[in-house]
Amino acid sequence: MSDTFHLDGVEVKFEHGQTVLQAALAAGKYIPHLCYHPEFKPHGSCKLCTVKIGSRTAASCTMPAETGLEIESGIEELNALRRTLVQMLFAEGNHFCPSCEKSGNCMLQALGYDLEVHTAGFRHQYPDRPLDASHPDILLDFNRCILCELCVRASGEVDGKNVFALSGRGATKHLIVNAASGQLKDTDIALGDKAMQVCPVGVILKKRIGFSIPIGERRYDQRPISAQALDDAPRKPAGAKP
Amino acid sequence: MSEKKKLRVATTSLAGCFGCHMSFLDIDERLLTLLELVEFDRSPITDIKHCGPCDIGLIEGGICNVENVHVLREFRKNCKILIAIGSCAITGGLPAQRNHLDLGSCLTEVYLTEPGLAHGHIPNDPELPLPLDKVHPLHEVVKIDYFIPGCPPSGDAIWKFLTDLIAGKTPELGHGLIKYD
Ligand code: SF4
Ligand code: SF4
Ligand code: FES
Repeated sequence: MSDTFHLDGVEVKFEHGQTVLQAALAAGKYIPHLCYHPEFKPHGSCKLCTVKIGSRTAASCTMPAETGLEIESGIEELNALRRTLVQMLFAEGNHFCPSCEKSGNCMLQALGYDLEVHTAGFRHQYPDRPLDASHPDILLDFNRCILCELCVRASGEVDGKNVFALSGRGATKHLIVNAASGQLKDTDIALGDKAMQVCPVGVILKKRIGFSIPIGERRYDQRPISAQALDDAPRKPAGAKP
Repeated sequence: MSEKKKLRVATTSLAGCFGCHMSFLDIDERLLTLLELVEFDRSPITDIKHCGPCDIGLIEGGICNVENVHVLREFRKNCKILIAIGSCAITGGLPAQRNHLDLGSCLTEVYLTEPGLAHGHIPNDPELPLPLDKVHPLHEVVKIDYFIPGCPPSGDAIWKFLTDLIAGKTPELGHGLIKYD
């Protein structure tokens, strides 16, 4: 007999050690999420995956699945919260989608589409975050960083290089490059690194391929993120080789 | 029986490129259907210069100068429903990419120190509206009731949004019509 919990009234089977989000995705049930990546230990920072258990709320990507839980996710109360979170992320960075190479392949944008976010609503902060174009093959556009730490973990845990780190606290928290000069050209990052593949938004970009797939023909132009999240573990951009 | 009163609609472009207006025209022959339901007040389509009382105001572009603020306020005063259309109206868009720079140094670089501008000067004709220190999305200046994102939103998105609204429904775009790019 396997263990089960209920998600929006539907029975979901899980294996021990799985989180609520992992079990839900494995069972073909979508819960919106952003900082979770199937190949990494959940980080629980974006809170997009928040669900309700009775009167409590919890991040489903870090919450261990347990027998008998009654979990709500697809309710307007939670989607309204998720919309606000997406709006705050848009307002605190510089997200000019029309000129972003990641547009159409971006998880933050795709979540905005799915949740029908029509505006950031808040006062835009327009922070000053200079680019790092020092590396011959890689561009860093910090304006779009959502501090999910995926690149930090990929570079440390998989590539064994520790190219990236988060520095500062609270509102001053930001992504830095681990080099005396602070510049990417002075690190040993390489195009084949895991850290090059994990950014859910448009920060870590391979140079000279920006618009090789036209806007409108990209991954989330084709199908909504809620449909695609169930298909795959790593997030391949549309048209990329497996 | 009297004919149903047409809704009065005003449109304008502030710090925008008229791309959203062009996209509006992309509703093509549906414009004729729309004209059975609405009539235009101030708009580049009519060339009326000031906005009178309207049901719906559609504004493209953000706020980058003093004149934009006046026009936006005129629209807010006269329109029951005000809609921000396109990325610039909603986020500031491309013009807002100057926001982290000092306005004075922007003007100096563009008009004085750029190579080939040896005898340039910063335009100071009194007819020119003064630029604002920062570019703002519309909702930071007046209350905006609805937003149609996109750069520009497609004709189909604009059509869906307006027909929902005119039919008295909460406008929804859905996959394929909601775009930020
Ligand atoms: S990172 Fe995503 S949300 Fe941000 S500008 Fe690029 S496409 Fe838009
Ligand atoms: S650069 Fe990308 S992967 Fe790294 S923390 Fe920022 S958003 Fe996350
Ligand atoms: S996906 Fe769970 S907190 Fe980000």
